Amino acid sequence: MSGEAKPSTLEAARASLMRSAALKPFEYLVWLPLPLLIFLFPSKAFLLNEIAILALFAVSLDLILGFAGIVSLGHAAFFGAGAYTAGILAANGFGAPLLGLAAGGAAAALLGFATSFFILRGSDLTRLMITLGLQLILLELANRFSGLTGGTDGLYGMTVDPIAGLFSFDLTGQTAWFYSLTVLFAAFLFARRLVHSPFGRSLKAVKGNRRRAAFLGIDTNRRLVAIYTVSAGLAGLAGVLLAQTTQFVSLDVLDFHRSAEVLLVLVIGGTGYLYGGIFGAVIFKLMQDWLSGMTPQYWQFWIGLLLVAIVLVGRERMTGGLGRLAAFLPGRPARRAAKAPAAGGEDAP
Amino acid sequence: MTPVLETIDLSRRFGGLTATDHVSFSLERGARHALIGPNGAGKTTFINLLTGALRPSGGQIRLAGEDVTRLAPDRRVKRGLSRTFQINQLFPEMTPLQALALAAAEARGTGAAWFSSIAADEPALARAAELLDRFGLAEFMDEPTSRLPYGRQRLLEIALSLAGHPEVLLLDEPAAGVPEEERADILKIVAALPEEVTILLIEHDMDLVFSFAERITVMVNGAIFAAGTPAEIEADRRVREVYLGEGGDE
Amino acid sequence: MLTILFDGFAYGMLLFILACGLAVTLGLMNFINLAHGAFAMAGGYLTVVLMNRYGVSFYLCLPAAFLVTALAGAVLERTLYVHLYDRNHLDQVLFSIGLVFMAVAAIDFVAGSQQQIIQLPASLRGRFEFFGVSVGVYRLFIIVICGLLTLALQLVSSRTRFGSQLRAAVDDPSVARGLGIRVSAIFAVTFAVGSGLAGLGGALGAEILGLDPTFPLKFMIYFLIVVAVGGTTTITGPFIASIILGVADVAGKYYLPDFGAFVIYTLMVAILIVRPEGLFARSAAR
Repeated sequence: MSGEAKPSTLEAARASLMRSAALKPFEYLVWLPLPLLIFLFPSKAFLLNEIAILALFAVSLDLILGFAGIVSLGHAAFFGAGAYTAGILAANGFGAPLLGLAAGGAAAALLGFATSFFILRGSDLTRLMITLGLQLILLELANRFSGLTGGTDGLYGMTVDPIAGLFSFDLTGQTAWFYSLTVLFAAFLFARRLVHSPFGRSLKAVKGNRRRAAFLGIDTNRRLVAIYTVSAGLAGLAGVLLAQTTQFVSLDVLDFHRSAEVLLVLVIGGTGYLYGGIFGAVIFKLMQDWLSGMTPQYWQFWIGLLLVAIVLVGRERMTGGLGRLAAFLPGRPARRAAKAPAAGGEDAP
Repeated sequence: MTPVLETIDLSRRFGGLTATDHVSFSLERGARHALIGPNGAGKTTFINLLTGALRPSGGQIRLAGEDVTRLAPDRRVKRGLSRTFQINQLFPEMTPLQALALAAAEARGTGAAWFSSIAADEPALARAAELLDRFGLAEFMDEPTSRLPYGRQRLLEIALSLAGHPEVLLLDEPAAGVPEEERADILKIVAALPEEVTILLIEHDMDLVFSFAERITVMVNGAIFAAGTPAEIEADRRVREVYLGEGGDE
Repeated sequence: MLTILFDGFAYGMLLFILACGLAVTLGLMNFINLAHGAFAMAGGYLTVVLMNRYGVSFYLCLPAAFLVTALAGAVLERTLYVHLYDRNHLDQVLFSIGLVFMAVAAIDFVAGSQQQIIQLPASLRGRFEFFGVSVGVYRLFIIVICGLLTLALQLVSSRTRFGSQLRAAVDDPSVARGLGIRVSAIFAVTFAVGSGLAGLGGALGAEILGLDPTFPLKFMIYFLIVVAVGGTTTITGPFIASIILGVADVAGKYYLPDFGAFVIYTLMVAILIVRPEGLFARSAAR
């Protein structure tokens, strides 16, 4: 075929693609101080642990929502699957944390894979209903098989072994925090690598214009199944962390609130650049800690108000501050491109 | 020699309406072929059938001699059948560079890789850079697509469809909606498309059609109405009547 | 058996009245309003307050519930919802979940979290035997009221000028606008009526469905099932979906009490897997 690129163009293109995938100084700033937080706020170890778990859960949702454009109201299904798997194992004498992680993550991923085929067709509403419906079915099942799950009483009697036989989960919550943070970090690195791979880029293409993506030769269904499975697995890991670090699992892990909450967290932090899940979890948990300290019962009202406000003000503007920081982060255009009608959508000709 | 793309008795009905009516059509390798017809003649439906966006009600589609009638669009693309859209189908948030690199990687089969970096895929990168140069998009390579001028978006539309070295390219009204001053760029690009790529052009702009095509097929009411060289078509009185009857569509 | 069918039918009719407003909202403006149940709850609580605190007759409470929630719907539509029609579905979902959370917490704050009880008038209590079927008077009352309303809706939609404009607007808003139909005005009216019907349904259903602050969340899924399964292009689709849902839910809870709502969720997911656009969608129309 005719011609080759000018060396200057080739170099510019290479540099541009490398730049967008390279680690930014900002990312070190996010991660390096994290392990130290426990020494600054030793009394807040449990809160910190919850933040790490919620962050992982939100990052997992970002993979499907922010990168593949799948709106889910039932992501807690996978969180719950992971939590119950690890919980039931630990209650029956298999208390090794890493075993629980592997099993819980695998169980959730398997569930994600099996249900991913249902979210490929239909409208956003169909997807909302199917994700929500599957979560509710799981909740009913967990309630029904109370012999296994403890039902409404919750699953008691979990014994989680020390990690690698060395670090036991103590009452200070320090071990829990380092454990959860490590898992979060590892999962985040994995997700980060993934979204910068050709596979991850192709997801953004599928999200941006599914029809055109297919006409580039992309098997869009297969890509969506893959990312849904991965996302479910990571959500399962978050569930495992909660089960192991609190040594308790209740039906609450499968509640609608949990799915709505993680959506809110991600929206606070911003979608589609991975760090949104972490920022969102920090902001959300701190706010919850502060607000529910004042009015524990009506905390929900403030969440609701926040959601309404975020949407009315505009998600982009609300998270604009974070977004500006995120401009230095990988994978996100400096400014979210406006929807140009000329650039096409999914509408049929 | 087998035609590179061929339809046999291809039909598509929507309820009572027959949009494609037993069309048997073939494209020779390397052809410069144009498909014209008045509005509503079923050209777009025909393209959608060829590419797999629609399923035919009857008949067969063969690509390089093989039956692809039931294949999904992405499979046909993998076998060398590419297209552009009458209305731009782009990725608004991606830059031209990102989109082209992705398209090139996808064509090389490295698009599903989970852990490699796209910047390390040297052939895909080279292909993307080459297309950026060739289509005058190099200076825009880092702009989100939605912020490109319309004419540039139109060029990106064509560039994307070329990234995978297709054997057959279906150009669906490449000049549609392009302002007069940017039109020349499009015509130049279309004229300079690589020779080995077989091209089917669907177009209303008769200047473009007659300067480009070696053969022309006229479609009316979902069926092939006439076919021949540009000279034959120009001389065909029935074709003129169809166009005049439409109220002088160009 | 027939009693279950009858109860399920009454339940289904009630669901239809509760959910039909949502179907129109979705069909007309492609807006996913998860807060629809909050209007129903408002109607229910209004009835409770009017009856228990002011001793207003139940029969008067029903129209009051309709009017007040319709008004509330109209106000919210003009002030808040109108800004969200051109947003994506994620924004709409977030916004309306936010409204639900606020409504739930606000009602909890004002009225407490306990179940609210309303005392039905004596004339609506009791049961009678009818060819071996035990018929609850109140359920019969619900069927009659909801039946009349459904008929009225059908007539308005098929016979009046407003109805034909509405149908045109649902079919294709941009074309309807091109024809000079004031789509936004139509939407305001239908949103208000839909909210009002939800309020009325909430008042009617307080006795059967139970009424506490979590009402909008508990029944959100039911309303959505009606819409997702029934589609939004006709009145008949959601109606049939409501009846199926009502009967399936009552029967499921009777025959398989241990599984709770498992039956209907499974049914819904199964239907949506087979027909992602709902049972009654015109195939591939859009």
